[in-house]
This record gives sequence, C-alpha cells and structure tokens, in this order.
Amino acid sequence: MKIFVPVKRVIDYAAKIRVRPDKSGVDTNGVRMSTNPFDEIAIEEAVRLKEKGIAKEVVAITMGPKASEEVLRSSLAIGADQGVIVNTDKPLNPLSVAKLLQKLAETEKPNLIIMGKQAIDDDCNQTAQMLAGLLKWPQATFASKIEISESKDSVKVTREIDGGLETLSMKLPAIISCDLRLNEPRYAKLANIMKAKKVQLTTKTPEDLGVQLNENLKIVSVEEPAKRSGGSKVTTVDDIVASLKKHSLI
Amino acid sequence: MNKTIINRLLVNRNNNHLFKRTYSSVGNKIPRDPKYAVINSKDIDYFRSILKDPNQILTDKDDVDPFNCDWMKKFKGNSQLVVKPKTTEQVSKILSYCNEKKIAVVPQGGNTGLVGGSVPVHDEIILSLANMSKVESFDPITGVVTVQAGCILENIENYLVPLGYTVPIDLGAKGSCQIGGNASTNAGGIRLLRYGSLHGSILGVEAVLADGTVLDCLSTLRKDNTGYDLKQLFIGSEGTLGVITKLSFITPPKPTSVNVALFSCHSFDRVQQVLIRAKKQLGDILSAFEFMDRPCIDLVLKHQAGTREPFDDSTPFYVLMETSGFNEVHDGEKLSSFLESIMGDELIVDGSVATDSKNMTSFWKLRETITESLGKEGATYKYDLSLPIDQFYQLVAVMREKLDGKALVYGFGHVGDGNLHLNISTPNQSYSKDMLDMIEPFVYEYTSKHRGSISAEHGIGAMKSQHLHFSKSDPAIHLMKSIKHAMDPNNILNPYKVLPQ
Repeated sequence: MKIFVPVKRVIDYAAKIRVRPDKSGVDTNGVRMSTNPFDEIAIEEAVRLKEKGIAKEVVAITMGPKASEEVLRSSLAIGADQGVIVNTDKPLNPLSVAKLLQKLAETEKPNLIIMGKQAIDDDCNQTAQMLAGLLKWPQATFASKIEISESKDSVKVTREIDGGLETLSMKLPAIISCDLRLNEPRYAKLANIMKAKKVQLTTKTPEDLGVQLNENLKIVSVEEPAKRSGGSKVTTVDDIVASLKKHSLI
Repeated sequence: MNKTIINRLLVNRNNNHLFKRTYSSVGNKIPRDPKYAVINSKDIDYFRSILKDPNQILTDKDDVDPFNCDWMKKFKGNSQLVVKPKTTEQVSKILSYCNEKKIAVVPQGGNTGLVGGSVPVHDEIILSLANMSKVESFDPITGVVTVQAGCILENIENYLVPLGYTVPIDLGAKGSCQIGGNASTNAGGIRLLRYGSLHGSILGVEAVLADGTVLDCLSTLRKDNTGYDLKQLFIGSEGTLGVITKLSFITPPKPTSVNVALFSCHSFDRVQQVLIRAKKQLGDILSAFEFMDRPCIDLVLKHQAGTREPFDDSTPFYVLMETSGFNEVHDGEKLSSFLESIMGDELIVDGSVATDSKNMTSFWKLRETITESLGKEGATYKYDLSLPIDQFYQLVAVMREKLDGKALVYGFGHVGDGNLHLNISTPNQSYSKDMLDMIEPFVYEYTSKHRGSISAEHGIGAMKSQHLHFSKSDPAIHLMKSIKHAMDPNNILNPYKVLPQ
C-alpha cells in the first residue's frame, strides 16, 4: 500500500503575525516557518501504518518555493520514504493544489491520501474535499481514528462531528483529512534527521504535470483584527451604573 | 526567539499546603536582636504620612502574610507591616526613618528566591518594590534600558522584543521575579552561558542607603573607570547594603534563528564531552547547555501534563542544548556538523532537534518544570553549587549512597557554567532536622574540599549565612563585615542574613 501525504510549510503557530503594510498578505520575512501541525499528524499516521506493516511506502508531497523542501526533510525525519516538491513561486490556492495532487495521484496511484484537515495559515479546509471530487474517490474528513481492513481494500474512519463521533467505512483508494486528536506526532530521531538531509528529493513543476495554476481567486485585502481596548476599574456601584449607561448597556 | 518559544512555565505558587513545617523552623534560627525597635502605631502613622495612598501600606494580617513567606513555604517571618513606595524619594524617607528609629527592614522584590533572602526572619518591616514597575527609557543605539527595580522580568522582555532586543537574563520565575531582586541577588539562569553575569550587563544602579541617602550611580556608559565601581556592591549583596531603586543594563539584540536539541547520554563523562564539542564547534551561537539526570525526567513526566518520554530508551543523562543566532543557514550548517560529530563518535544514545515552537516548548518544559515538580513531591532540600567539572556529578552519587534510599536525590543544572542544582526530596514529608543533619554540613564540606561554591546563583540569604565560611576565607568575610558596617552601621537592612553573626 502506498500513502500520499501532502504537507504545507506555514508560519509557525507561535510566531507573531504581521500584516504587510500594503495589506496584500502576511509578512513572512524573518518569521519562523514550520510544518502545518495537521499535516504533521497526517505524516505520523501514515508512518504508523507503515510501522504496523499495513503500508509499504509513504510519500510526502509539498508545493511552493524551494524553501518548502524543509518540511519534506522534517517529514522524512519522522519516517516518510520519499519527498516530492512541486516547485513554483506563484501563489497556490486550494483548487490548484488539488489539481496538482490529482495529477500526481493519477500517475503514482497511491491507495490512500492522508492530509491535514486545513492549513493553519489560510484555514481554507478545502483541498481534501476538492481532491476527492476531482479523483472521484470517497472521502472522510476530520478523522480521529483510522483503521484499515485486513484485506487492505477498505478503511474505517472515525470522524469528529458536532456533538459526537461518526464512523464511516470507505473502499480504497480514498482520501482522509485528519483532526487534532488522531495522534501525537513523535520527536524525530537525530539519526533520522541527519539521514533525511541526504535523501534525494523529486522536484516537479506545475508545467511538468500539465496543470494551469488557477488564478480566479484574488486577495483583496488582509487586515489585522481590531485591537482590544483595555478594561477599566470601578470602585463603587454608582460608578458601575454610570459606566454601563455611558456605553448604552443599560 | 519567539515569545512563546520561551514561554517558560512560571513558578507555580499554589504550593502544597500539606507540609506546614518550614525549613527555618527546623534549622537553627537566629534569635531576634533586641536592639531593633518593635513598630507601633506612631510609626505606622508616619509611614502613612509619607506614602499618602492607603493601598501602599498593608497592616492586616491576611494582607501581610503572603509577604511573610517565600513561595516554597520554606521560610516564614512574622512582620506586621508592608510598605510599598512608588518613588525613590519615598524609599529614602522610609529608610531614613527606620535608621533613626532602629527599625529593621527587609527589601522584597518578586519573592521568588530560594534561600529566604526576601522574607523577614522575625518582625522586620517589608519594603516591597512592586509599585516601582516602570520601564523608564531605552536607547535603540546602545541597547541600554533603564528600569525601576520593581519591573517584572517578563514585562521588560515584552517591552524589548518588539524593539528587536531581549533581556540578558532568563529564569523559570520570569513571570513573577523583579529586576531589582535579580540584580541584588545577581541571579544567573539559562542565558548566563551566552551573556555573562549581571555584574557585566548592569551599567548603572540607583540605590538608597540605610540612612536614606540616594546614591545615583545610574550610568548608562559601557566604559567608566572612575574610582571604585560602587554599583557592583549592590549586585549580589541581597539588599544588605542598600535598596536598589533603579538600574540600567545592556540588552542584546534578539536572536532570530533559534534551535533546540535534546540528547540522551550513557554517562556524565559523555555529557562533558558533548559540552566540549558544543563549545568548540558551535562557539558564538551556543546559548544554553543544560543537563538533567533520569530521576528529574521521571519526576517531570509524573507531575506535568502534556509531557512525554522523549526517546525509546531511558538513559541516565539528558542534555538540552539551544543555539541562538541571526542567520538560519549559517546556524543550521554549524549545528549539522556538530550533530554529525557527536553521533558519529557515539557520544549520545539518542537525540532530537525541535524544528517548530511546539517541540521547542516541550523540550524546554522537561528542564524548566523540574523545580515546580519537586515542590509537588514534598519537602525538598535544595543546594545550588558550583563545582569543578570533573567533580560535578560525583556529589549526586555520593549523596545517593549516603542517604541510602531515605530520600530521593536529583541532579540537574547549568552544566555549561559548572553549576549543579542538587535537590534532595522527601516525598509526602515535611522538613525534618534529622534529614537536614544528614545533608548538612556534609554537602558544604564536600563542596569546599573541592574548591567549589556553596551558592552558585541562589545567594546566601537566611539559609546559608552560617556556611559562608565554606566558600570564603576569614579575611574576605572580615572585609565584607567592614563594608556592611560602613554602609549600614545600625544594621537595619536585611539583618540576620548573608554574613555570619
């Protein structure tokens, strides 16, 4: 069984986000970048399936500028076997990503694609669903548990839904997007980190894959949330009443 | 470093209340000196007249109590009064009055110390600097910041970070400790390896002397060889020579490329060899080199939610190493060749490098929550020693053998600076004289014999004044006493501490 795991390089969750002065997007200069945490969970899950002897090969795939290779190295360090980068400096939206993945899946024929439910930078939560539509594969989103059948031709997925859990069964090949509670990714071992640095990565371009990048989405403006104004202290009941009246709350 | 990368856990003040007996009630407490006045209502009226705002004076027992006791509930005094001045002038008036009336005073910052230096021994009045918490100025060219003594360390850091600078000192207690207390105890911490001690970083001090004189040595100059360097007297003298009210210090530019690695080792000898290579191969980017023994890891895993076994196999020693620099590619290459060298020569058993803030935080948590976890176990006898590197861990083994299972012995610390934190824990027990006698003075004698320091970074406080001689010669102690007498002839500032009676 071959598993594809798309991984995205995003601004680290703890980094301070700064909007570019022209509001065209978020400033990434000198900002710590790391693997999208949901994608790291996807890699961990795929590697666990390999360690259980269910999967044979885990392929990590990323898209974007050359610097994105570092998330492939991190994925290899966790235990992925191969890294593929679709190299482009152009902006990528979910539909473009889904089309590129579709082409890769059509040639490489994975049995399963596990991916993060969303990236923490744009929070789109669309790629898995679009890819399922393009490939006409079944999909299970927000997975918190994945069980492959003994015959390896179907998968049972537990999903986190409002107010409870839902269990689906799907025929393979299929697409699964994972939620936070699926697993806790391991610390990459130093020996594997060093080995991962030396792995030959496969580089492709959107042109190689014959995909025209979709540019029908345009970011109009990115803005910071309004600053919260500080609270104030009152000392008497009268002050509270006066203050509430002033803000037209009573 | 990102704010959250260094989101080091604050010291947990919700300590275990089960163990009521305090350390100071177990040790030989120095009796109250009758020469000090007992405060009366006239004194309080006078303090009210200078401080004006009623919130600046606490006399209610429930209000005063938290100031009477240290955060470990180890040292407890019996003060009836807390004064919280807002200006240097108010500090001056308070001390001038106390000096005249022979009222003993204990200056208090964030009260996060470990040797009972910041709480009264008897009924000394408590002079809290908490209301003096302003950052006064910052010079973006020299990187020198001037602050009031009551500024909380983390608040200064938060002020500096957007300006591209950081503080040269970092402690687990950064969310509560105050810079004035850091200075007067010459606090060390994790960044000392990189930025040196506060004796070097602090450029100027404004202090109020025992008689109320305001001593303005608040220079912001890097170089100033004019006469005796008086500010140094206030750094590390634990409030016995004066009360620091303001200080200026040099701040380093905030590194933009940070890596955190965790290693496991079979022996302490290997830890040392990794250290030597780190110094040689990483040089300027090495910013922390901390070690902890296996019992520390077990303890943290037991008490801290969200921590987990870092590696497949348990080993006797763990190292947490941090690099900080300004060029990711350059740092990455240096780190890579260093890692290859220590792996290739099998100096480590296992290891990992954190590439995101999540893992960096969890690695740091293994080191930084040891103290807090020990607090949850029960009475802990804490020793902060500097030892020559070849003797560094030997003492832990010696203590384990000596105590023979009657207590648990933990070793961790700033191995990069030769500073061992030896902790002896008696789970679910209170402080006992029998246990103390088994540890002391043996630990001090051992340290002295190997020419170490009995207090590397915690200070002397109330805990170790009678043991000062283990690390300082008679002529040195004699000179210290002369300086103390010259600066505070009535001995009103932080009495019963630091110097032996």
